[in-house]
Amino acid sequence: MPQSNAENALAEAAKFAFKIDDRDYGLKKEDYLKLLYFMKLTRSAENRIIKLYRQGKVVGGVYLGTGMEATSVGSAYALDFNKGDALFPLIRDLGAHFTFGQTPRVYFCQYLNRANSPTRGKDGNIHLSDPGKRIIGMISHLSAMIPPAVGWALAIKLRRQRGVVMNYIGNGGAQVGDFHEGLNFAAVHKAPLVLIIENNQYAYSTPNRLQYACERLSDRAIGYGIAGFHIDGTNVLEVYGTCRRAVERARAGEGPTLIEAVSMRMRGHSEHDDHKYVPKELLEEWARRDPIERYQAFLLEKGLLTPESLKTLESQVEGEIDEAVQFAENSPEPEPHTAAEGVYAD
Amino acid sequence: MAVITYIQAITDALREEMHRDKSVFLLGEDIGQYGGAFRVTQGFLQEFGAERVMDTPLSESAIIGVAAGAAMAGFRPVAEMQFMDFITVGFNQIVNICAKMHYRAGLKVPLVIRGPSGGNVHGGPFHSQNPEAWFVRVPGLKVVAPSTPYDAKGLLKAGIRDNNPVLYFEHKYLYRRIKEEVPEEDFIVPIGRGEIKRSGKDVTVITYAAMVHVALEAAEELSREGVEVEVVDLRSLLPYDKELILDSVRRCSRVLLLHEDTLTGGLAGEWAGYIGENAFEDLDAPIKRLASLDTPVPYAPPLEEYFLPNKEKVLKALRELLAY
Repeated sequence: MPQSNAENALAEAAKFAFKIDDRDYGLKKEDYLKLLYFMKLTRSAENRIIKLYRQGKVVGGVYLGTGMEATSVGSAYALDFNKGDALFPLIRDLGAHFTFGQTPRVYFCQYLNRANSPTRGKDGNIHLSDPGKRIIGMISHLSAMIPPAVGWALAIKLRRQRGVVMNYIGNGGAQVGDFHEGLNFAAVHKAPLVLIIENNQYAYSTPNRLQYACERLSDRAIGYGIAGFHIDGTNVLEVYGTCRRAVERARAGEGPTLIEAVSMRMRGHSEHDDHKYVPKELLEEWARRDPIERYQAFLLEKGLLTPESLKTLESQVEGEIDEAVQFAENSPEPEPHTAAEGVYAD
Repeated sequence: MAVITYIQAITDALREEMHRDKSVFLLGEDIGQYGGAFRVTQGFLQEFGAERVMDTPLSESAIIGVAAGAAMAGFRPVAEMQFMDFITVGFNQIVNICAKMHYRAGLKVPLVIRGPSGGNVHGGPFHSQNPEAWFVRVPGLKVVAPSTPYDAKGLLKAGIRDNNPVLYFEHKYLYRRIKEEVPEEDFIVPIGRGEIKRSGKDVTVITYAAMVHVALEAAEELSREGVEVEVVDLRSLLPYDKELILDSVRRCSRVLLLHEDTLTGGLAGEWAGYIGENAFEDLDAPIKRLASLDTPVPYAPPLEEYFLPNKEKVLKALRELLAY
């Protein structure tokens, strides 16, 4: 039994080989590069939010998914909007928003509480809902989105359509009652759902050993009569491959899948959290497994990327972020009286 | 026109709406195979099939949350709580998802949560509660509580057709005790509109659900003494008919606010505040409230009788108002 937070998390890290292999995932060259693009776009957008926050331009909380980009991007890449898929993302999943079709402009308008964000300033930070893009934003109560995700999936099934719903939960959130009720319901009614547990070792300051007593959260799948997978959440290809199989299974009417993607939360729960309860050695250990750097190295090794094309990609990403921030900063804030609007639908 | 019971009116409304609109489906515990704990959905599984009459696991939070997700995706689910006491298990789904999705994301949640509430049936603390006040204070929800078969049918239809989450509180005491003629043609009772169930002039009783009938009995008795009591049935609790309340108070000048829910934090406080702000000059006596005791609902009949409002207590309160 691990005695300390660090031991526990290092034990997690030791379970994986942390090698990105070149198994055939059915991906073309452009897919390999898109995966990198979305991860870099995510990392760059979040780094920019940190800057804006420190400049006092972002009010309220800032919640980032640094170090978890492979999970959010690899998973959402397995979805297909045109097949009716829907995304119910959580806190660390900006990568999923972008991969599934959200734009940096919208992200910055949301964080800068602009009137033209899809939430119109009514909700903040990563609670970003954009129903037109079939992205249903989270509420703060963790695991509460699971039953609605199941309901949306059920609606797809009732219509005899082929869409799949992807939802996420954390190692902390997975302990809340709705995780159980929702996943059980999905299993019984064979809802086309893929539920990804993003196990990043901590829930705010609480380490996993104080959060649950089982070895692997993915083992809970047995209890629900569904398939469960325990994977390296920092390997974007492994995440993609596992999620794609789960999505195909759901599309074929075989019901939900539970996937536990293991990674490390590299920054605090939020930017006002100094993260001091995480031992430095632990962060250093996981930093060597950075999902973006490892994947980049893999692509360079395979010749899918060159140092030049990497530079081009990086400046393209920075340019996009610059433009998006400028757009958001030039957008108006909501009119005060609109606070009273929209409580009820017509 | 047929004479039907309150519970039959609910069954009829569900059946008619399910025929009228294919996006309406039912989910809840024991509603399909068993026909519902109170038989509301008897025969529905055979008539509509298992996809539209869904027997769910025992999971009130998931039942409500799944209904919310299906509603967001374009269906019009009607989720049953076997007893409205169990709605608390899904409290978070209601107040933080159903109630706030439209405000913060522009997504409508056209669902109905319905079930039997109320006491006087020897149900004890967990099968007799009146949970409505917990929800009336949540912007984004609508809350209704019919007292008659006509209103039960019309309000359920209105709730199902409403694009917002509607909590539909049936009163189980009224299920088979109240009968009346109800039209077979399609009709709705608009949400937000109350109704004067008995016209009067000397004092008015503002109330809803089972207490409407208690108030009417008390009014009958006082009428024999030459006092005419007005009985206003709110029918909707959120939004509630403020105009009707003010109109009644202005004409009658003395008001008793009556509900079966417990006193402190019960809806009478809200109505009293509104009346105090808007009709102070029209009052000839202080506002009076009558409600159940501030305790959990007790089980033993002598205890529950002591707990609940009844005709004698209403008469006493009315006489005090009239004597002021």
